Amino acid sequence: MNSMNINHLHDHEIILEARHLRVAYAKVEALHGVSVSIRRGEIVTVIGPNGAGKTTLLGALMGLLPASGDFIYLGKPQTGEREVERLVRLGMTLVPEKRELFAEMSVEDNLLLGAFDRYRSGHRDHLETLDEVFELFPRLAERRAQVAGTLSGGERQMLAMGRALMAKPKLLMLDEPSLGLAPLIIKEIFRIIGELKKTGVAILLVEQNARAALQISDYGYVLETGEITLEGPSSELATDQRVIEAYLGLGHKH
Amino acid sequence: MDLQILLLLGQDGVTNGAIYALLALALVLVFAVTRVIFIPQGEFVAYGALTLASLQAGKLPGTVWLLLALGTTVAVIDGWRLLRDGQYGKLPPLLIFNVGLPLLAAGALTVVTPANWPLSLQVLLTMLLVIPMGPMIYRLAYQPLANASVLILLIVSVAVHVTMIGLGLLFFGAEGVRTPAFTEFSFELAGAPLQGQTILVVVASALLIIGLYFFFERTLYGKALRATAMNRTGARLMGIPPTLAGKLCLTLAAAIGVFSGILIAPITTIYYDSGFLIGLKGFVGAIIGGLASYPVAALGAILVGLLEAYSSFWASAYKEVIVFTLIIPVLLWRSLTTRHVEEEE
Repeated sequence: MNSMNINHLHDHEIILEARHLRVAYAKVEALHGVSVSIRRGEIVTVIGPNGAGKTTLLGALMGLLPASGDFIYLGKPQTGEREVERLVRLGMTLVPEKRELFAEMSVEDNLLLGAFDRYRSGHRDHLETLDEVFELFPRLAERRAQVAGTLSGGERQMLAMGRALMAKPKLLMLDEPSLGLAPLIIKEIFRIIGELKKTGVAILLVEQNARAALQISDYGYVLETGEITLEGPSSELATDQRVIEAYLGLGHKH
Repeated sequence: MDLQILLLLGQDGVTNGAIYALLALALVLVFAVTRVIFIPQGEFVAYGALTLASLQAGKLPGTVWLLLALGTTVAVIDGWRLLRDGQYGKLPPLLIFNVGLPLLAAGALTVVTPANWPLSLQVLLTMLLVIPMGPMIYRLAYQPLANASVLILLIVSVAVHVTMIGLGLLFFGAEGVRTPAFTEFSFELAGAPLQGQTILVVVASALLIIGLYFFFERTLYGKALRATAMNRTGARLMGIPPTLAGKLCLTLAAAIGVFSGILIAPITTIYYDSGFLIGLKGFVGAIIGGLASYPVAALGAILVGLLEAYSSFWASAYKEVIVFTLIIPVLLWRSLTTRHVEEEE
């Protein structure tokens, strides 16, 4: 009841806002004061070259890496230790670049484990959620008994995304979902990301495939050597001369 | 050597082997999920047997006080953290489990003596007294070092083992105990007497193994433990905390240990330090399975039991030597056939 009221009142409320985020590996700082915010029902993308700190940013947001800075989640500042498990309970979820599947388990078991935290906190709707995920990814339904380690690259990405959705997240973070996939599969994955947006989940998408990412997203950040160098609505970024030259590869065409 | 002796020794070997198999499974489980080589596994066998014997003799087992001490320490450490983080809702379960229940047990046992209770209740009470020490020990000894290397965790294990042995001597004294058999039933098989207790051990172990199988294959918590063993980062991202997995694991390991101790107390004399050797034989089985394969570990443990039984007949002075020497060819074979993978730190 309570959460329904909140949804109603703030249609475009900010799900997560991170300010002045800093992450250091040993003595080397990888992120120097990065600020991002993601709203409900919005796809936000972070583009940038290899090694700019995109994966580090997601790791820090998800609590996998120790980070300093202010985090405001669902309107409340996050205090104390930002443990991954606590953030999962709050509705944040990450599909990591390496997928991190349970390779020796079946597709179905991988998906069910995605609902572990909801199950643990007393929800018993995992079977309905499983049907919803199978509807979104019919391929996974066909292969539900197959061992995850034997799936193709595209299917593994679908499984990783489906597993994250089993947690019914408020914020879904995707790290390079197109990495290493064939163009047709990439198209399919992006179509599904677009469809997910309609469910109201906020999506933070980190991509090297800047063209596809800017096409699908509402807002974008350009991350270069640990700093946000440019940000704005995706449609504007897509026509920005610097972005075109550096990331869309059209600079030398004329 | 005739058929009768062969059967008798085989019976002995399978009985002990079944117990070693249970312990081997526990060791593989704990190692796979937490990377801890759980040397104190055997101490739970001894604690289980000795606590049951104390209860039956009408004495107050010292494990009650240990449980209370461990529980109070856990409650103080975790309670302080919960207060600091403002998570007041989690305080009552923490206090009830770690302090309330041990206090209740201690209070009740000073009033009533369960010496004349039915065996099933005595067994249940023993399990309630000893099993909770598993997760408590995880919390106090292993959790603060959960990300340390396998070697450091092994050193912690040795420390826990030595401490538990010392406390065992303090609580139960140096005398060995043997509890009365669960059943006097026996019959002859091909001229060799077959004891009811022997059958009970084998059947109960088999049932427990089947139960564990269903737990890991059919329940979400079991799958979560397997997931943690397979991919720790992936498991954390699903909201499976390593601490939950660790505590659950050590609860299972403690339960298996106590259960084994209760099962063999009527057929072997158990001293405060008997657990170590029993656990070590389970460990040989686990090594045969490469600390990774459950079925191979269980079969290896039964092999250990048989080898021990037959070598005690032919060369009883060397029986332990023969059993532990089994590790050498196994390690050689393992190191020649497995590709070495660097541990990720």
